[in-house]
Amino acid sequence: MQTLRCLLVFVLMSGSAHAAIDAYVFPSKDLRARYYDLIEQLRCPQCLNTNLAGSDAMIAQDLRREVHRMILEGQTDAEILQFMHHRYGDFVLYKPRFNSSTWVLWLAPGMVFCVALAGCIIMVRRRQSQGSVSLSDLDRQRLDQLLRDKA
Amino acid sequence: MIVARRFLVPLFGFLGLVTVLALGFRLQDPHLLPSQMLNRPLPAFNLPRLGNPSKTWSEKDLYGKVSLLNVWATWCPSCVHEHPQLMRISREQDISIFGINYNDDTVKALAWLQRYGDPFQLNIADHDGQLAIDLGVYGAPETFLLDAKGIIRYRHVGVVDEQVWADIFTPMIAELNRQDGGS
Repeated sequence: MQTLRCLLVFVLMSGSAHAAIDAYVFPSKDLRARYYDLIEQLRCPQCLNTNLAGSDAMIAQDLRREVHRMILEGQTDAEILQFMHHRYGDFVLYKPRFNSSTWVLWLAPGMVFCVALAGCIIMVRRRQSQGSVSLSDLDRQRLDQLLRDKA
Repeated sequence: MIVARRFLVPLFGFLGLVTVLALGFRLQDPHLLPSQMLNRPLPAFNLPRLGNPSKTWSEKDLYGKVSLLNVWATWCPSCVHEHPQLMRISREQDISIFGINYNDDTVKALAWLQRYGDPFQLNIADHDGQLAIDLGVYGAPETFLLDAKGIIRYRHVGVVDEQVWADIFTPMIAELNRQDGGS
């Protein structure tokens, strides 16, 4: 039981492991939290699927330094994200903005869901109208007979 | 026949999906980011000269003529590969090549130029990657094509080899020079 609990703690903690061990100093806990939040949601431009927090690429180190600098300068999260987007485009944001090239990405799940829902409704309706076929008297008698035999 | 049609719909749907994904994965190199800097002016900077850190270069030093701005470093193996082509351009073409020595070490960089030759008109020592970040650079080598007003007209990620030079840069430079001469 003890081992299991230990294992569980390790597994849960592994999600927040940071590959980057930069010794950045922040005057407050809030600023530090914002820093980790930002490097978590920014994507390393050199890597295909790693965020700034998880990458040791040179550009990721430089961008972490920039994020740290901008936080200390008092810039807002929106300004920092804008700074990154201005230079590296949609690629750098793990949560892409809604624009002419990303609307399909944002709307596709909803559209697929609507199509699937409509399909389901049509199928159920069709089946219902087919199911209401009335039995002839002869069929009914046979059905009763069969049910009685089974019992 | 009705049964067959019911099975054909998902089959065609699946084939459609395979086609879209195959095209998406094969036609686009996921390592190439679309450049945000196209048709924007060079970002302002004031950085030390490579080998002469008491003096600086600024964006204005790159204005005046159509030119190339090459991001290079001694830690970048592809840069060694690209270097002969840059040397050839500097010898045979009437175009300035400006260098950004990116996240590098001055001593190593100077030794490198000594060893392989120096195709650069001037070299900016961007040893914190400050200018590189402002240019949206995420590796080396990268080469920007600047017009006479210092506006970025093209960006090439990776090695500029003979073919890239002939197929992409030469026609663009001719076009920029024509526009420049015409205005």
